[in-house]
Amino acid sequence: MKSYVSLTLNGRAREDAVPDNMLLVDFLREVIGLTGTKIGCDGGECGCCTVLVDGQPRHACLTLTGTCHGSTVETIESLEFNGRLSAIQRGFHENLGAQCGFCTPGMIMAAEGLLRDNSYPSEDEIRHGMAANICRCTGYVKIIESVQAAARELTDGEAAQ
Amino acid sequence: MNENAPIKPDDVTPVKSIGVPMPLVDGPEKVSGKAQYAADFVEKDALVGRILRSPLAHADILSIDISAAEALPGVIAVVTGQDFVGQFGVLPIARTEWPIARDRVRYRGEAVAAVAAIDVETAQKALDLIELVYDELPAYFTADDAMAEGVTPLHEKRPNNVERHVEYDLGQVDQGFEEADLVFENTYNCAEVCQVQSEPHAAIADYDALRDRLTVKPSTQVPYYVHLMLEQTLGMPKSKIRVIKPHIGGGFGARTEALHFELIAGALARKANGTVRIVSSREETFITHRGRPEQKTTLKIGLKKDGRITAIEATTTQRGGAYAGYGTVTILYSGSMIFALYDIKNARYNGYRVLTNTPPCGAFRGHGTVNVRFAFESLLDEMARELGLDPFAVRRANLLKPPIFTANDLMVNSYGLPECLDIVEKASGWKKRKGKMGPNKGLGIACSHYVSGASKPVNWTGEPHATINIKLDFDGCLTILTGAPEIGQGSSTILTQCVAEVLGIDMERIRIIAGDSAITPKDNGAYSSRVTYMVGNAAIDAATNLKSILIGAAARKLEVDAADVECLGEIYRAGQQDQGLTFDEVVAAALEGTGTITARGNFDTIPKSWGGNKYRGAAIGGSMAFSYAAQVVEVSIDPDTADIKVEKVWVAHDCGKALNPLAVEGQIEGSVWMGMGQAMTEETHFHEGLAITNNMLDYRVPTIIDSPPIEAHIVESNDPHGPFGAKEAGEASLAGFLPALTNAIADALDVRVADLPITPDRLMEMLEKKESQDRKAAGAATEGAAA
Repeated sequence: MKSYVSLTLNGRAREDAVPDNMLLVDFLREVIGLTGTKIGCDGGECGCCTVLVDGQPRHACLTLTGTCHGSTVETIESLEFNGRLSAIQRGFHENLGAQCGFCTPGMIMAAEGLLRDNSYPSEDEIRHGMAANICRCTGYVKIIESVQAAARELTDGEAAQ
Repeated sequence: MNENAPIKPDDVTPVKSIGVPMPLVDGPEKVSGKAQYAADFVEKDALVGRILRSPLAHADILSIDISAAEALPGVIAVVTGQDFVGQFGVLPIARTEWPIARDRVRYRGEAVAAVAAIDVETAQKALDLIELVYDELPAYFTADDAMAEGVTPLHEKRPNNVERHVEYDLGQVDQGFEEADLVFENTYNCAEVCQVQSEPHAAIADYDALRDRLTVKPSTQVPYYVHLMLEQTLGMPKSKIRVIKPHIGGGFGARTEALHFELIAGALARKANGTVRIVSSREETFITHRGRPEQKTTLKIGLKKDGRITAIEATTTQRGGAYAGYGTVTILYSGSMIFALYDIKNARYNGYRVLTNTPPCGAFRGHGTVNVRFAFESLLDEMARELGLDPFAVRRANLLKPPIFTANDLMVNSYGLPECLDIVEKASGWKKRKGKMGPNKGLGIACSHYVSGASKPVNWTGEPHATINIKLDFDGCLTILTGAPEIGQGSSTILTQCVAEVLGIDMERIRIIAGDSAITPKDNGAYSSRVTYMVGNAAIDAATNLKSILIGAAARKLEVDAADVECLGEIYRAGQQDQGLTFDEVVAAALEGTGTITARGNFDTIPKSWGGNKYRGAAIGGSMAFSYAAQVVEVSIDPDTADIKVEKVWVAHDCGKALNPLAVEGQIEGSVWMGMGQAMTEETHFHEGLAITNNMLDYRVPTIIDSPPIEAHIVESNDPHGPFGAKEAGEASLAGFLPALTNAIADALDVRVADLPITPDRLMEMLEKKESQDRKAAGAATEGAAA
């Protein structure tokens, strides 16, 4: 069975007929072709597929597309703007928060969700805010530094305004 | 900057790239989601490939019926073992594995058939329609069971299921033990662990029937080996095969040999006359395995009172899984790498690599060295305590004095271990804090090392170890062409830095293409920490050759001798008064008469580094250089729950020269942390050969909450043969964590951990046992006093 799903994806409204059993991650990757969102496990274990649904981090591999009807969905592809990386993306790039890069889109979306709620989190808050995302390369040291760098940049930016 | 503005030579200096912390050259793709991994090639007409797996651990296949599956609408191809013409395996002497089992299955989950269909549902239905009849055989899930008397061999040529027995007896071992003031022996067990690289295995294969050509994009660390094994197993000419390495989501050794799924993707694509995409689940990725084997090591060390090692005897057994894989190399590394860290003259070794009905093990980061190093550094620590020596002192008493060759002929030129020890001793506050931390807290130290590439390649072809091409054309852009696989370790960045440094130009002028057999020179792959050392040297050689072409062109244009041309990177000039030529002008001059330039660079190891021949297999361990690491771990333990908290790690790693300090730090931190996973939480479990930890909840990889601060220090010992003096940075720091942790636990609680991982329940059991022993001893003492 298919259902009519209307949602805003990365700022653009869309309407699709989507199979009822289709996971959001498959809809994004296989139907839309937004392959920045990764699949690293068999369901809810690794966080590689983290996207924002109505501003909240969500495992796209545990989310049925139909449940996003009327929602706003943001993926890693939405962050780069006019050829400029977002502060969190820059944080991860410049501080080597990404090595192999496979967990990175999920990490960055989790950080995006975290910093929207809490613009200057403590190290402990970063650890708890990103606890659903597994990285196998970095030991998380530089991931924490990347988020801290982004938080500094965002907060300084606000202060400057 | 205006590109057309005149450049003032006096303002131009060669750009420095080496020794500078650099973000990855492919970082922007990774953080923006643009980087394409093998599963990201979503071709609209691609078929879905799926693999049927054996439900039995050991059985003869009596029959297989695929007719119903083939008849199912939407199924385009079904393949079995009969669709392959040869076996695969990374060692030319041990190609024993069919991409899809023929005649016999040897572990649960081994592939028995595969289908290509129009969608997932149809593919799954087709798998359900395939009928196999098995005749079950006795199966062995431990090394001891597999080696017992009267067993059914997994492979005809290995009647007692021992894939390889390695032995050496170097120096005067018995005499060494006689001369010792203290001899201890203990047995250590390490559980099997898995790489769990972030990206599950995937491959997309496209077969062009008009031209009989096959293109495969696999998630591999070794595209060249995949190429060879596609040729070998499919019986296709290698000239008709193209292997393109996409972005790779980590490897850690899981992908250092061709694996079944990429070969099956090729077979399906050919049979289906089209494009087939296989995306493995995490469970299938666990089943494919190639992790570090379960290993039992009995180690005996003799020490003099001052801590000097007089003799070593080690016996170790690895549960290798159902096929040879890298097994022979793993068991050889376990023996050879007892050397080259400390000064050891007398050592005896017996290593057994055993075939069992579990998924095949492979070359996990720190290949072969980690579990034996755990045993060694644990026992050394325990003996130092017995002798009343500081753990640092016992290690300092055994330092090498390079340049030397070890007793097993390993060549050691650069050796930063003494400095590593000094740094972590100071940084951790060892002298002030050790023994004064209060109850349930402790500090532990351990050392470790690793090769910078295996000096003798697995596939001996007579070619140089590494070859790099640099293409330079009318646009003034340098394109580095390398087969060296960027898998997240940063190799493409390092190679770009090497080329930029030699030419004194900005890295922005350089592009790199890594791993496309149609375009890039062949490379053996990303394993044994060979890329920075070997391919880095080849990159320097290529850039040096290109520079001399450019200097020659500038000399012709400026009408001076080449020796008088000064290269400032963006300007080539003859003397300070000369306005000079811009890079673009030099390139234009260089292209005159020759057209597009391709400069080549090579690297070869020197025979002295090949590890000698004192025993069969002694070449394994031979390397141009060894990296060194020392680390201190601080723990605190909750006495009620036995919960272990790693408070902090101080680590120093001698990488020769940090070509990119940011990347080196990242490698050190990642290694230490991966060692922590093995030491504390990670282990596979099987029930009658059925893996019950094939997911990331039951197989516990540390999360960000479990992970400690890691303070990484870089030591630069400047290796005489390394690229700008560099050595390995990504493996040596792993092994040291395991014993540094257990030594810290011994410091905190006075119990010696010999079995890993040390989970809270295991530690609790040890503490309860100790408590009851202490109570008995106290009781006996009271009784004795009463009597």
